Amino acid sequence: MHMADALVSPAVGGAMWAASMGLAAWSARRLAGGNAEARAPLMGVTGAFVFAAQMINFTIPMTGSSGHLGGGMILAILLGPHAAFIAMFSILAVQALFFADGGLLALGCNVFNLGFWPCFVVYPLVFRPLAGAKPGQARVLAGAVLAGVLSLQLGSFGVVMETLASGISELPFGTFLLLMQPIHLAIGIVEGAVTAALVSFVLKARPEVLELAADSRARASVPMKPVLVAFGIAAVVTGGVFSWFASSYPDGLEWSMFRTSGREELEAPGGGVHASLAGIQKSTAFLPGYGFAEGEGADDSGGAGGDARAQAPEEGEGGRWPEVSAGASLSGLMGGAMILAAAGLVALSIRLARFRRKTRST
Amino acid sequence: MIRIHSATGDVDALDRLASGDSPIHRLDPRAKMAVTAMFLATAVSFGKYEIAEMMPLFLYPAAIAAAGRVPAGILARYLLLASPFALLVGIFNPILDREIAVRWGPLAVSGGWISFISILIRFLLTVSAALLLLACTGYVPLCSALGRLRVPRALVTQFLLLYRFIFVLSDEAARMARAHELRSRGGRGPTLRVWGSLAGNLLIRAYERGMRAHAAMLARGFDGTLRSLRGLRWSLADTCFVLGCGLFLAVVRFGRVAGRLGSAIQEAIA
Repeated sequence: MHMADALVSPAVGGAMWAASMGLAAWSARRLAGGNAEARAPLMGVTGAFVFAAQMINFTIPMTGSSGHLGGGMILAILLGPHAAFIAMFSILAVQALFFADGGLLALGCNVFNLGFWPCFVVYPLVFRPLAGAKPGQARVLAGAVLAGVLSLQLGSFGVVMETLASGISELPFGTFLLLMQPIHLAIGIVEGAVTAALVSFVLKARPEVLELAADSRARASVPMKPVLVAFGIAAVVTGGVFSWFASSYPDGLEWSMFRTSGREELEAPGGGVHASLAGIQKSTAFLPGYGFAEGEGADDSGGAGGDARAQAPEEGEGGRWPEVSAGASLSGLMGGAMILAAAGLVALSIRLARFRRKTRST
Repeated sequence: MIRIHSATGDVDALDRLASGDSPIHRLDPRAKMAVTAMFLATAVSFGKYEIAEMMPLFLYPAAIAAAGRVPAGILARYLLLASPFALLVGIFNPILDREIAVRWGPLAVSGGWISFISILIRFLLTVSAALLLLACTGYVPLCSALGRLRVPRALVTQFLLLYRFIFVLSDEAARMARAHELRSRGGRGPTLRVWGSLAGNLLIRAYERGMRAHAAMLARGFDGTLRSLRGLRWSLADTCFVLGCGLFLAVVRFGRVAGRLGSAIQEAIA
């Protein structure tokens, strides 16, 4: 599922744009080393193929519903990780521009969720080792389904994290995770099966088309360093921009985190996956200063995050909606409505002026 | 993802709009990109309980749509086509956040409804800004602007080539799907195995087409860069456009326009 502009905050959108652009620049540099010119038309045509193949829907047995091909895994198998990432970037950009799928600000998030995981993590670390250079039917199926499930689980986890970090939605971490992950488990299995069907046909008909079989010699694995560097940059930028943002707008993120965690006992299942995820969250400290599981009881761990948290209550009380008197907010709404009407008038008058000019000239 | 065949008509319509001529069309693509980026950042930077202060932002799409001659109908269709993910997630806000935020006499509005309306407004603003950028600029000029802004060359070339092949291949896929439908009982979709060979054939044809296109491009001196005939020229109008829009956005973001106007009106009435 595509992350949307309406749910993203400028800090999260900007950080993810930076991470995705960095990865794209790195991939482009890697491609320039090889035979980039020969690859260019092939990349274009393969990207367009992913679009076009969505028009042929197949019937999922026993359900009556239909599924279609989507995404980064087939591109990685056909083109290799670097070219596939760039192709995925272009596909998502066209979707954002022409079909309003996602959005321009959220494009960085979407490229990261749907491009980074399948191309740079799941393909080199899961699919390639599992399938090998000359895979049989069973290995292709197993590899593709596992890869499809993993990359969609990671991608939808990314959507959850980005939504949560943006602080626009009220959904608590656990509930949102429980909504997203099972849906994407099903989508992942279907996508994996579709990918496997396509790959096994191509393996039989024209094996040289697959990057997998074509050059299994040189670029056998993606080096981990750039991957870790990209992660690091994303983490630092998000953390850095966030703590600054959280202290200047405490009513947004900080406040919603506080409320979410205050309600945690009722909404989220205690223990199990949720608790262990919260544990991971705390130990890795992706967003310093925010505890998903404990909230108000959490000790200030010091540093920038701790400061932001300490300031939050005083500032938060003053700027919160409930404190605003009804009269003031009514006048705000009235002003807003006036300006909305003015926007309509501006549009109308520009149109009228043009109409008059046109009639005068004819 | 998307069902492309319902949407290719819209893409055509957008392309036709982009080839039109208006004061907005004549601006440099880089100027429009910069302003759109600023607009998007401003629109999503408001707190989640602010509605009134976001209203003035609607002036921008209204003015651009009017000056750029983008019909309201296509804007509405595009908004309907847009992915409903934001609204699906947003609808949980009224359910989860029930604390009363504002009271007007007997009417009590919870914080959740206010933040849901705010998500709705963000959705309208961001989607229409993206459409207007495309409809008043066109895809290819946007790509050449990206090239001038030092976006990696491989990425820009990929943007252009993808766009060129989408229509060819989706026509071919549509023909395959129709042929299968005509030969199958009850118009059911293909099974997974059949789908594999249909899509596999499409891929192999696409691959061969790509190789032919590449040979043809090499024969004409392709060196990895696609060049466009129309150069970009930054003029005084572009500077004025960027500065004017920047000023407008700054005033809206920090000026509490709606609140001030509202209290002024209330004073005038009283």
